[in-house]
Amino acid sequence: MLTFVDSVQEAVAGIKDGSTVMIGGFGNAGQPFELIDALLECGATDLTVVNNNAGQGDQGLALLIKEGRVRKMICSFPRQSDSWHFDAKYKAGEIELELVPQGNLAERIRAAGAGIGGFFTPTGYGTMLAEGKETRIIDGRGQVFETPIHADVALIKALKADGKGNLVYRKTARNFGPIMAAAAKHTIVQVSEIVPTGGLDPENVVTPGIYVNTVVRVARSGSAAEKVA
Amino acid sequence: MSLTETSIKTSETPLGRDDLARLVARDIAPGSFVNLGIGQPTLVSNYLTEEQNITLHTENGMLGMGPEATGGEIDEDLINAGKIPVTELPGASYFHHADSFAIMRGGHLDICVLGAFQVSATGDLANWHTGAPGAIPAVGGAMDLATGAKDVFVMMTLLTRDGASKIVEACTYPVTGVGCVTRVYTDKGVFLTGPEGVTVRETFGCTLEQLQELLPVPLKAAAA
Repeated sequence: MLTFVDSVQEAVAGIKDGSTVMIGGFGNAGQPFELIDALLECGATDLTVVNNNAGQGDQGLALLIKEGRVRKMICSFPRQSDSWHFDAKYKAGEIELELVPQGNLAERIRAAGAGIGGFFTPTGYGTMLAEGKETRIIDGRGQVFETPIHADVALIKALKADGKGNLVYRKTARNFGPIMAAAAKHTIVQVSEIVPTGGLDPENVVTPGIYVNTVVRVARSGSAAEKVA
Repeated sequence: MSLTETSIKTSETPLGRDDLARLVARDIAPGSFVNLGIGQPTLVSNYLTEEQNITLHTENGMLGMGPEATGGEIDEDLINAGKIPVTELPGASYFHHADSFAIMRGGHLDICVLGAFQVSATGDLANWHTGAPGAIPAVGGAMDLATGAKDVFVMMTLLTRDGASKIVEACTYPVTGVGCVTRVYTDKGVFLTGPEGVTVRETFGCTLEQLQELLPVPLKAAAA
């Protein structure tokens, strides 16, 4: 069921303790900051979070980690010069890390959305990230078995939604949005603009509304704001 | 083949980072689709010519990436894999992360250029993790690039600060990919790596014999 809500607080209200939450974005592009802030505010805890990184600076995901809401991170690149909250929790042994090569992360999320039970890939073969995993030689190459990553909830950011929940994105802010929308049981999207049904060219829809459950409009700020106006 | 100076190119001085980037750029075939890793490899883009018609891929989801954005061009929705604001060129395309890595993993990229801690004689790459106790491991797209691109070029200094060769018999750092590196560009020479071991294509500021003294693996000279 698709619903349009008036606030980010309302959008995240159903997220339960112990949930697996996918959060879109790569760097600040496509990062649903307002939804993450609302998730922090709503108090849900014991979360498993799937994101490419493990938070930056003193905002968004970094604050969720700082406040002890995240039990486990599934990500490809948790080490950054400004990711001090993850660093502190990790070194204190207070957060679990599942480190996944970025392409495996993307493909495991895609596989979940597509109902695929797993796949073999050369990525990671012969490395410590393949230790303990099933391997096979396929077409003469060593390959590693990888399983899908499912989620209870996805928080993503898109440019526009129409009345059917169809989404379009903007430039490299698309990143994880389409695959996370498909992989989660409940997908929550913040958009800059909601247009009437029929207001998006069906040829240009990137995420069909079937993957979308909750839409909230959040006004844009920053260097992209004037460019989309 | 014996150690002979006659079949390889030489220059009198070691190459600086920009000269090395210029050399890598010159070696990229016209019309190639290329991914340049974060750090030193990014310099290569400064020396690609319009005539080469190279299309740059950035793994966060774009083909046709242009130069770094400045001033009013800066747009937070348009960044590269290093999270630096960039521009788009005519003919650019955007796609989601799984498609972007399928471009890599599906063998569609002609060349990726990466930095490295170590490369083994048979082309194993170590560039993601020092393995030091307490170090937070982070891998990003390094393993996908290493195993997916048709050719993997490495750019690095040949020696560590302590003077140890980064071309080694077997990597002592955790590996990123096995047998994936095809070429290593360094300040002291260009090396081809693969199942047959290490072949020297060019030397900079040293002789092949001097290189052989620095490296713990047997070197062959490239065929003339």
